[in-house]
Amino acid sequence: MPDARAAILDRIRASLSADPSAPPAPPADYAAIPRSYIRAGRLTPEARLDLFLDRLRDYDTHVVETNADSLRQTIAVILQEHNQKKVIAADSLPPELLPRDFAFIPEHAVGLDDLNACDGVVTVCAVAIAFTGSIVLTHGPGEGARRLTLVPDRHLCVVRAEQVVETVPEAFDRLLPHATHPLTFISGPSATADIEMTRIRGVHGPRFLDVVLVR
Amino acid sequence: MRVSLFITCYNDTLFPATGQAVVHLIERLGHTVEFPLEQTCCGQMHYNTGYQQEAIPLMRRFVDIFRDAEAVCIPSSSCVAMIRDHYPKMAAESSDPGLTRAVDELLPRIYELTELLVHCFGLEDVGAYFPHRVTYHASCHSQRSLHLGDLPLRLLRNVRGIDLVDLPNIDRCCGFGGTFAIKMGDISAAMLAEKMKDVENTGAEVVTAVDTSCLMHIFGGLHRARAGVRMAHIAEILAPTESDVGEGAWA
Amino acid sequence: MTIRVSEAEHAQSFQKAALPLLEDAQLRKNVRHATDVIQSKRGIVVGGTPDWQDLRTAGSAIKAHTLRYLDQYLLQFEKACTAAGGQVHWAGDADDANRIIVGLVQQYGGTEVIKIKTMTSEEIGLNEALDHAGIRAHETDLAEVIVQLGGDKSSHIVAPAVHKNRSQVRQIFRERMNLPDLGDDPEELTAAARHYLREKFLRVKVGVSGANFLVAETGSVCIVESEGNGRMCLTLPNVLISIAGIEKIIPRFEDMEVFLQLLPRSATGERMNPYNSLWTGVRNGDGPQHFHVVLLDNGRTGILADPESRQTLQCIRCGACLNTCPVYRQTGGHAYGSSYSGPIGAIVTPQLLQMRQAQSLPFASTLCGACYEVCPVKINIPEVLIHLRGRVVREQKSALDPEALAMKTAAAIFTSRTRFEAAQRLGRIAQWPMVSHGWMRNLPGLLGNWTRVRDLRELPKQTFREWWKARAKTGSMPGPSTPLRAARKLAQDVNDHA
Repeated sequence: MPDARAAILDRIRASLSADPSAPPAPPADYAAIPRSYIRAGRLTPEARLDLFLDRLRDYDTHVVETNADSLRQTIAVILQEHNQKKVIAADSLPPELLPRDFAFIPEHAVGLDDLNACDGVVTVCAVAIAFTGSIVLTHGPGEGARRLTLVPDRHLCVVRAEQVVETVPEAFDRLLPHATHPLTFISGPSATADIEMTRIRGVHGPRFLDVVLVR
Repeated sequence: MRVSLFITCYNDTLFPATGQAVVHLIERLGHTVEFPLEQTCCGQMHYNTGYQQEAIPLMRRFVDIFRDAEAVCIPSSSCVAMIRDHYPKMAAESSDPGLTRAVDELLPRIYELTELLVHCFGLEDVGAYFPHRVTYHASCHSQRSLHLGDLPLRLLRNVRGIDLVDLPNIDRCCGFGGTFAIKMGDISAAMLAEKMKDVENTGAEVVTAVDTSCLMHIFGGLHRARAGVRMAHIAEILAPTESDVGEGAWA
Repeated sequence: MTIRVSEAEHAQSFQKAALPLLEDAQLRKNVRHATDVIQSKRGIVVGGTPDWQDLRTAGSAIKAHTLRYLDQYLLQFEKACTAAGGQVHWAGDADDANRIIVGLVQQYGGTEVIKIKTMTSEEIGLNEALDHAGIRAHETDLAEVIVQLGGDKSSHIVAPAVHKNRSQVRQIFRERMNLPDLGDDPEELTAAARHYLREKFLRVKVGVSGANFLVAETGSVCIVESEGNGRMCLTLPNVLISIAGIEKIIPRFEDMEVFLQLLPRSATGERMNPYNSLWTGVRNGDGPQHFHVVLLDNGRTGILADPESRQTLQCIRCGACLNTCPVYRQTGGHAYGSSYSGPIGAIVTPQLLQMRQAQSLPFASTLCGACYEVCPVKINIPEVLIHLRGRVVREQKSALDPEALAMKTAAAIFTSRTRFEAAQRLGRIAQWPMVSHGWMRNLPGLLGNWTRVRDLRELPKQTFREWWKARAKTGSMPGPSTPLRAARKLAQDVNDHA
């Protein structure tokens, strides 16, 4: 509706011109926004990872720490523990992650019904935030398309220590090159508190979130 | 120090004992009180109810009467809030530079009673004696406009003989809200019922505050319910000393 | 232009609408419980955020800045979103928006849509418009499912079903999902909703969402949610239509770092909510292949025009002001007669309606200031309420209105010492028929609202100024004779009662 567009813009301009205090040009006015909030983290690398694990657990994430050498073995154990048989691996997942004697289903081979019927899915992430216990997917290689980490009931995400930042602004700095990708911030399994404010873990997204931290 | 008292219209008319206690307290602490008889009302009721035009002459009056005061004491946080939060804007809108300047110059000399005692006189112990079980209601303006924090409580804790009990949900509004209590009577009553329950659960004999307006509302409800809790403005607790009541009236 | 805000134009006054709600003990208990829980969770996570006030300052400044250049940022968003494969539509009012959305659903051959909770859709009455066109709208947020299946109305902008408890939810689900044996454990109820909705997520081809933020620089849209129903609606359908008020825009991608810290803590008391989704136009092979954004005015430009209340448009719809409001706590959201309730609703609804309707709402507050204290973008709601009260009085009140007459008379009294003192004396004389044993229990007229639940002590024999004058006449008495008398009287009162 081109008419509505012009009319709305006209009304906005008329409303703003009624303002007696003529504002400076947008870039200068934008630059004047006070940003005294904490941008850079202050913790040591070890303390940062500990905070990350603590915050993940606080929101019902199942956390396992491992190292690069044991990573495959760790993932194999988790899948076994939870009796995972039909497990989908995100496309372009680094091959050194995946246990060799486990038959993963490749993401590109599955449809929506397969996602709905599988036991779980394995991905990596782009960035993780210690302060909020969040993992962020930019849905690049190894992170899967958006539906991959949504429809299955269990999501196992591998996070490398160097991906963990302390603060939300630090995460945004790292995400800036991916700003126009689809982005998904995940903090714990899906949840609701809509009935009497009782937190229930697991509604429509994965009911279980495993984070494997490689430190 | 020469303290000019703005008693507020409702204390003047309905609660003279509050004003008398303020005078007694300030004089007993070695200061002089003056009371300009021309004073009436700060304009809060009109301003907050939407009659902002009607509040302007009242602001001008207030500023004229108190412009030369050394310090203005107001035993009501909501009237102080009216003056601090709204006079500058009202003056600016009046396009009268003289008025704007007069307001700017006067504001730093305006003190709510407990501010006067602590910030201006530098006292947290005013030597008072009040041997009763008391609970303190923190009025909304005192908390969120004046940001008094625990100023009134610090003064009360130093009162001899007092048994000060915490009021649960101290940060919750009592439901007075000026003309709200009349215009939205049923909702105000529901809010009052919650506050009364909290007050009664403390077992206090006296409920106090820095605003008699909230107290009039809370005590009005308690009296209707025959709850047996009395009201006292904080000045009425801080004014009496042990020698005042040495004759046994408090026994 | 016909501006509509849900059904607020026909709603009763706040005080009338509140009456049946005040009688509903179960509803009040549910509302109190829910708001207490969210508030205490919010208090904990805000307490754990050392730079909370800095974040508020930044959030407020970003929003205020954006509003000053709103036209430029909207055009920037339109350009970026279009370049990324989205289509931007502009809707002047509710009917425009409904027409656009119904048209789009029909264009793609849809007969059903799945929806993420959006207050904007409730504002414009989208579900009714879709229904009118034979299109079935399925709400997917658990609380919205409860409200929709129960034929009810939302009572909270973040948690629309706060007024229902578990057994009431069970009753609705038993009947509407055909589950006669359903228990009332929240876990079981949630599982029932999961099962009920999963089939719809996998099948329905058109999704409808609101928007928490629009990023001008990138043309991206952000949705903040918890359950995953949002991700389902944003990801699985082939067509996605997002409706957003024009005030939802923020300048740059990195500004999200502020709002994603402010919103979850304020809304649900979480450091971060389970899911935030950001997307930009259409992504080949991932998510909807057709994406439309509808930018809605519906009275917002009118709010922009009033510099005193423009800050209303900074709102990020977190609901913190509802949870802390002592008035909302008593009635829940239905008394506000609008999709927007609580303190923010009391300023948004009448302003969207150009102050022609919903005029009682700015008076539905004690001005206690709790809302301003918690607002993550520092909207001074009490200040706006007072300003709007002024507009109601100036624009709507007849000079013959009893309240207006009383206020004008009072103003005349207060502008003269002589009149003020005369009025004090007159009051003392006029009160006598109403006084009994020192108290007034039944006042006439408007003041009857006071004495319905409260007693009022009779006017004292002497005003303060009369005491002062008498004292001056007799010479300054060094002793505290009168205050002491007052103190003794109080002591007497207390002792008498003990």
